[in-house]
Amino acid sequence: MTTAAAAAPLTAQVFKADYKPIWCPGCGDYAVLSSFTKAFAMLELRPENIAVVSGIGCSSRIPAYTNCYGFHGVHGRALAAGTGLKIARPDLTVLVASGDGDGYSIGGNHFLHACRRNVDLTYVVMDNHVYGMTKGQPSPTTEPDWDSKLSPGGTGLRTFHPLVIALAAGANFIARAFSGDPNGTAQILAEAIRTPGFSFVEILSPCVTFRPEQRNWKNQVRPAPVAPTDDPARAARRIMTDDGFNIGVLYKGERKPYQPPIIKGTKRLADLEAEFTI
Amino acid sequence: MSTGKRTKTSARKGGGRRTVRVQDRKKPVTKPISTNRADFLARAWIMEVEAAERYAMFADAMDEHNNREVAELFRKLARIEQLHADQLLEEDLSRRPPVLPSGGIRWDGGEAPETAAPGELHYRMQPYHALQIALACEKRANKFFADFASSATDAKVRSTAREMAAEEAGHARLIEDWLKRTPPPDKDWEHDPDPPVVSD
Repeated sequence: MTTAAAAAPLTAQVFKADYKPIWCPGCGDYAVLSSFTKAFAMLELRPENIAVVSGIGCSSRIPAYTNCYGFHGVHGRALAAGTGLKIARPDLTVLVASGDGDGYSIGGNHFLHACRRNVDLTYVVMDNHVYGMTKGQPSPTTEPDWDSKLSPGGTGLRTFHPLVIALAAGANFIARAFSGDPNGTAQILAEAIRTPGFSFVEILSPCVTFRPEQRNWKNQVRPAPVAPTDDPARAARRIMTDDGFNIGVLYKGERKPYQPPIIKGTKRLADLEAEFTI
Repeated sequence: MSTGKRTKTSARKGGGRRTVRVQDRKKPVTKPISTNRADFLARAWIMEVEAAERYAMFADAMDEHNNREVAELFRKLARIEQLHADQLLEEDLSRRPPVLPSGGIRWDGGEAPETAAPGELHYRMQPYHALQIALACEKRANKFFADFASSATDAKVRSTAREMAAEEAGHARLIEDWLKRTPPPDKDWEHDPDPPVVSD
């Protein structure tokens, strides 16, 4: 992070790093990056007060492209790292970024317990229903009949339903966004960040290389026809019966975030190391 | 919740035929618009800025994928849009970037009319495709200002909007001329002899 950025006006551009994304042209993740930076500007955050933590996959490259603190972690473990960071530094705005493979398969267990713990962070999953970085294997959200060279005839497996699972596991804020609407996504992200507790935002972000048919998502998405609810039963019915293309805030609860007391003072490195000595 | 009943989907093996489609925007402005000149100019300015930023993003993406010709074209378009923004700032906004609403401006269709949709790129696209995208953006901008010119309740806004609509129409004509001088893409422009998807 540059010191110049700290003094610059808080435009979205300030939050963009000098590194250029290497996503495929047309990939939805470009627009998600733009939504991140717009949301930061909208909330008048400072780069030095934000941390973006990710796992592994195309979408998990996002910390490198944002001008704030970042941590590109290990596969599926982004939420563990992000949770630890937020617990240790509650003053930071923590966003955890993931993809549908990283977040729902390798990191599926962390997802459940992060929802349950309700630590005050925002979890963003860029969902394209495929493992893009490893060249197109089906992910947990891939449709059972998706026919490809790597899954001839489709997997035949029921899809994972992240919003329902997040609700059942205790997430305090649940929304779905679409990368093709970067401004709308920025609004949703800003609301997710503002809402205390664990906020989960699934962003439909097309993979134009392995799922070119997802370019048509722009014609399928629509604003959710209802206002957000704080009633989990009502939210469950809504999420269970929508077709995966309703965009907006679908649930907003009032659970108190989990934040253990901060232990004051610092320890010498040697003392910390001694605690791990077997 | 998705129940796996979405339309049957299949991978496109090794670059099937597809055209770069220019996204249509919905919901034209038709009702009376009660905006003062300052708010109108703020909209016009941010519209140019966002168009410039999107073209710059497109240029970076094409650069990273070694499509240098298209990257340079998008870079040029970004410079042109930024120039328009700077002119507005200089001539109409006393060199002070306008204060925008904290939640940003709500545009019909989600984004400013001159901003190209984020998913319109293809890594093998050609300058002709890029110009088609730019032409659609200019036409949307022209329509946006023309709608303002016919619907604004403030006479000064109507007059400024009329001027801007004429400017955007001029830009559209320039791009149409540019397109006439640009070779149309080959019919197999999308074919990649070494495609990223498994094709064997």
